[in-house]
Amino acid sequence: MWRYTFKRLIQGIVTVWFIATATFFVMHFVPGDPLSDARATSEQIRKNLEARYGLDKPLAEQYYIYLKNIASGDLGISFTQQNREVNDIIREHFPVSAALGVLAVVFAALGGILWGALTALFRNRMPDIVIMFFVVLGVSVPSFVFAALGQLSLVTLNDWLGTSILPVAGWGSVQHLLVPSLVLGLGTMAFLTRLMRSSMLEVTGADYVRTARAKGLNATQIFIRHQLRNAILPVVTVLGPAIATITTGGFVVEIVFAIPGLGRFFVQSVQQLDYTVIMGTTVFYGGFLVFMVIAVDLVYGLIDPRVRVR
Amino acid sequence: MADRPFWQSMRALALLAAAALGGLLLLMLIIAYFADLTIVDDASRGAVDFENRSISIVIEQEPPQMDSTRATDAVSGMLLGHLMEGLLRYDGEGNLQPGVAESWTVTPEGAVFKLRENARWSDGKPVTAHDFVFSWRKVLEPETASQYSFILYPIKNAEAINLGAMPSEMLAVTAEDDLTLSVAFEQPLAFFDRLVAFTSYYPIREDFYLSRDGRYGADAEDLLFNGAFVMTKWVHGAEITMQKNPYYWNKDSIWLERIEVPFITPDSNTQLNLFKDGKVAMVQLSPDTLKNALQNRWPIRRFAEGTVFFIEFNHRPERLTRNLNLRKALYYATDTAELVYRVIKLPGFLPGASLFPTWIKGEHDFLRREYPVGAHPVNVELAREHLEKARRELGLDEFPPLVLLVGDTPTSLKQAEYFQNTFKRHLGLDIRIDAQIFKQRLEKMTLGQFDLVAAGWAPDFDDPLTYGDLFASWNKNNRGFFRSEALDAQVRIAQGSLDQAMRMRAFGEIQRILLDEVAIIPNYERGRVFVADPRLEGLIRRTIGPDPDYSRARIRER
Amino acid sequence: MSAAELDFSPAERSTEAARIVRPSLSYWQDAWRRLRQNPRTMTSLVIVIGLLAFTLAGPWIWRVDPANQDLDQLSIPPGAPRSAFIVEPYRAWTRSAPVPGAGLRLAEEASTQRVRLVWDTREDSPAFEVFRDNYPPTATALGIPLGEVLLSDGLAFEDRLALEPTTYYYSIVPVDADNHLLMNARETIKVDVKRVITLEGARQRGLIAEDARMQVGDQVRLALHPLGTDYLGRDMLARLMHGARVSLFIGIVAPLLYVLLGVAYGSIAGFVGGATDQLLMRFADFVVALPFLLFMILFKVLFGIGPGESGIVPMLVALVILGWPATARLVRGQILQIREESYVSAARLMGSPTGYLIARHMIPNTLGVILVTLTFAIPSAIFTEAFLSFIGMGVAPPTPSWGSMSNEGIKTMLVSPHELILPAIFISVTVLAFNLLGDGLRDALDARMRSVE
Repeated sequence: MWRYTFKRLIQGIVTVWFIATATFFVMHFVPGDPLSDARATSEQIRKNLEARYGLDKPLAEQYYIYLKNIASGDLGISFTQQNREVNDIIREHFPVSAALGVLAVVFAALGGILWGALTALFRNRMPDIVIMFFVVLGVSVPSFVFAALGQLSLVTLNDWLGTSILPVAGWGSVQHLLVPSLVLGLGTMAFLTRLMRSSMLEVTGADYVRTARAKGLNATQIFIRHQLRNAILPVVTVLGPAIATITTGGFVVEIVFAIPGLGRFFVQSVQQLDYTVIMGTTVFYGGFLVFMVIAVDLVYGLIDPRVRVR
Repeated sequence: MADRPFWQSMRALALLAAAALGGLLLLMLIIAYFADLTIVDDASRGAVDFENRSISIVIEQEPPQMDSTRATDAVSGMLLGHLMEGLLRYDGEGNLQPGVAESWTVTPEGAVFKLRENARWSDGKPVTAHDFVFSWRKVLEPETASQYSFILYPIKNAEAINLGAMPSEMLAVTAEDDLTLSVAFEQPLAFFDRLVAFTSYYPIREDFYLSRDGRYGADAEDLLFNGAFVMTKWVHGAEITMQKNPYYWNKDSIWLERIEVPFITPDSNTQLNLFKDGKVAMVQLSPDTLKNALQNRWPIRRFAEGTVFFIEFNHRPERLTRNLNLRKALYYATDTAELVYRVIKLPGFLPGASLFPTWIKGEHDFLRREYPVGAHPVNVELAREHLEKARRELGLDEFPPLVLLVGDTPTSLKQAEYFQNTFKRHLGLDIRIDAQIFKQRLEKMTLGQFDLVAAGWAPDFDDPLTYGDLFASWNKNNRGFFRSEALDAQVRIAQGSLDQAMRMRAFGEIQRILLDEVAIIPNYERGRVFVADPRLEGLIRRTIGPDPDYSRARIRER
Repeated sequence: MSAAELDFSPAERSTEAARIVRPSLSYWQDAWRRLRQNPRTMTSLVIVIGLLAFTLAGPWIWRVDPANQDLDQLSIPPGAPRSAFIVEPYRAWTRSAPVPGAGLRLAEEASTQRVRLVWDTREDSPAFEVFRDNYPPTATALGIPLGEVLLSDGLAFEDRLALEPTTYYYSIVPVDADNHLLMNARETIKVDVKRVITLEGARQRGLIAEDARMQVGDQVRLALHPLGTDYLGRDMLARLMHGARVSLFIGIVAPLLYVLLGVAYGSIAGFVGGATDQLLMRFADFVVALPFLLFMILFKVLFGIGPGESGIVPMLVALVILGWPATARLVRGQILQIREESYVSAARLMGSPTGYLIARHMIPNTLGVILVTLTFAIPSAIFTEAFLSFIGMGVAPPTPSWGSMSNEGIKTMLVSPHELILPAIFISVTVLAFNLLGDGLRDALDARMRSVE
């Protein structure tokens, strides 16, 4: 186990190096000049700016310095916010994205399991049809449409009630989290509902459920101990990757709901060609994803004996 | 399945759902702790709050930074305008008012400012002439790499310092004593007083600046204020709080105690929703949200913001657009009225006719009244004639596609598509749209990789020169390489002369040359349409200087 | 009685009669049979075919240029009335003779070309603000502030701002010397605006023949837009068709390319095995680890979009670069598995050449999985295109795509909902159809299911 963990960690580090290298070279061949601005500046000022960001050095040296800095955890200073470090930016904005992402995954998982179980219970009856209709919507409507509609319904609701029970946009309190994370988790929720439904139906027909029923076990017990518990397993397996993709995929929701997450900053920095922020964010997110996957794998190894073979 | 077990399963499911809900609440508390969120939203934060003398507003982007020596964008400028005060400032009508300076004398050779005794920093220490000397030197030091250093160039030795040829101590700005600041000019100058209201001329106190160790302006605690408000909280990308500055010398004229900025978003729909929800005191309308505001029966207001937008030609020798007849063809085929009334569809916009906007002041009246130009002429027949002439002059069988370089914002794309369609329909010319993000567009402009480029110019100071020297051959912002010796001569007069009548005549000449030579196709002057909370009074919208300005606003009692 | 009936010779022996079997079905025949039995899959297949027909054949039937801007019909909903009167071309307003009357009034008949208002002097107000409203004005809301008129400029105002054939309420409000609006002294009139077009404009748009004898005041019918127009007056139906080309092209070609690349890469790795396999798969692992959306954006910026280009190719390339490893892993796994199957070993023992092995066993047995992967990759590629459009990094205008159309539509969601709903429906239906098709294919091609029956 320890050897396996060690091996995976080394692999992870190499992967992060790969991501960092890819980002570095992609960024350096991007056309455009991050140092230009609306008012043209003199040659001298340009040179000073280049020197400040080390852009005057040969590419190989820049790459070396960049790797050295990453290794020591320093992602540099932002080009547009000239007195802020990228580390600060990530430290301030990543928790926002993470909070949103975690809650979205939890919403998706709880909703998926609940709706999935319900549809299986009411198979081919009205609740099943209604829920599956929404699932179909959830899978096939782009997230930005959902986000806009979500915000619109909030405004309408607040207007109708005459008081604002939930904030329309912004950040700062738990209420601000609710609707955006719900919207963010919607697609995954729909996916999980489908998964849960089919897995519930499969389990319901399984031999051990029939045996349990024949033994005369109470229906509640059968439902909780046998059906639900076994049906949830496949759902849990897909949760790990979902956390990572949702956390990094919050751009749309962050833009629409004016949430100061890292995704929004990334899009902004791309538009501003802010080299250091772009590279820093990518490397950070890449590293985050890699180590999330490793962590999830290791946890599975602990839980499920079948995976522990290696 | 029999009914009883089915309902039992349902009950079990309901129980589990209830348990999950409990777990969810717990989880949200944990998240709130880690993401530094409050449990309950502060309900008192309405758009306007009479009791607490507080308003909430939305800004469209996070200010990149609040270091006045480096700030370049409108949002930073707006916030700094509330937090800082220069020697002079603009009032609601765009007239210069005393700021930190109590009185001043400007002669062609220099200026002397007498500072008021009661001007204070937000820590209670007096604002002195040394603070101006320090910040102005800072702006010009090459290490600062300020984009706006050029605005200090009228001061003697400024340019040389900025280019690294002289130490910044050589700047001809001296603090005669704590309250007297004297400035010597590089060459005789007529409008220095209009420059010192600009952001880059704000003071910075040396000991504080040095104590922040390179972080000056990065966070609320890394700033010291001398304006009407102080910034007490700055959560990046999320929230800014400004409170009335108890040490501001003119604090009696400030009614508001607090300005909250709880929302930062460029999305016009989100902004509108926030206004509808009663969360922000003012919101700018876009063509998309205008009808919505109309449906909601809000009092809509209009303001001529005055930034001039135009299509700039590439005059480099190898380009087809160097041909005057081709430029004329495109000029006469453009219908700026159609562009404004059918494509932009916002009130407050004016169809363009000149590089100089209608609001800019001349000698006695507006410059455009002293030197009028007619409305933009549309004449498709004439345009086709010029195109035919151009075709013959250039020896072409057929025109190759022309490249129109634009920014990638929805507004500029929309206009680019309009131009593409118009030139195709009227002249049969193919236009290739080259939409680029801001920095890439700038680079392509600098390298001359375009035939036409959609550009705009916002004024920096209240003198026609802010537009007048744009197409001088030495101006680095003249990225289309328009060259005209006649124009250069007029720009030199406008820059160097002290005779206002002569200067205005020069601007009139510049305007004529640009139109005769078709250096650009003026498109429009931008307008702004907005709705403000009906109880908010004294909101200032202005063309030059911080906009919008809430510092003199008050709230009407219900 | 014929002789044949009396033929007592033994009947011919038929082996067929004794065999009670269903017809032998190949894998693909069986899959097709299953597919046909599933109504949902068949519906989605029909939808997919319909979409392809809409995209490919549509522009041949509905021959309207999607870039053509009908500035007389901006953002009109489907089925809006389209009759218009012919008028003179616009001429600047020269107010020679004063219009008789009192108070705020029209100087000329109001049309979508211009509305001209005049009113009377009031000594005390140096200026007036002119408003236009779509609803009867209230005490506070007068509508859109059109502009300010100074007393010195003459008491008249011409409105040309996005006029629609509807009823407007024009108000003038005196402004006092301190720039305050004197709301109590306002005047309001109701104005019915009729839709007009110039003769030249009608000719240019082909609404009337070149030689048709038409004169001012005659009625014409404006161009037909069955699904309405967008914010620049472009035909929605034509844009949806051409947008389908982009969206479906990216949605289908990109997955096709990266699945093919993945298949090639994966089968090489699986077939060669050993150190090469390890090396190749490590590289695939690296590419998988790149944060997808972030690199999608970076690649888009890196490749850039040149002047006049639509930006489809860079998007395609970026999708392919980032998309292949998943398929490669899958195919490699399949190949490794099949390689160990007894029938492959048997074939190999019998001396089958490698080419035969690949063609006869490897490909047919992995094709099902590949096909299913492909079907599920299509919706995600379509979503990616829409997402990139939303953050402003999609295809370059004037090229339409469903994603960019719905992104534009979302801004005017409440005012002209058709601009959002139509492209959004197309995205949803396409995504749904391919998802259902994928489900059906998976059921039909799953060998495990085949043995259960």
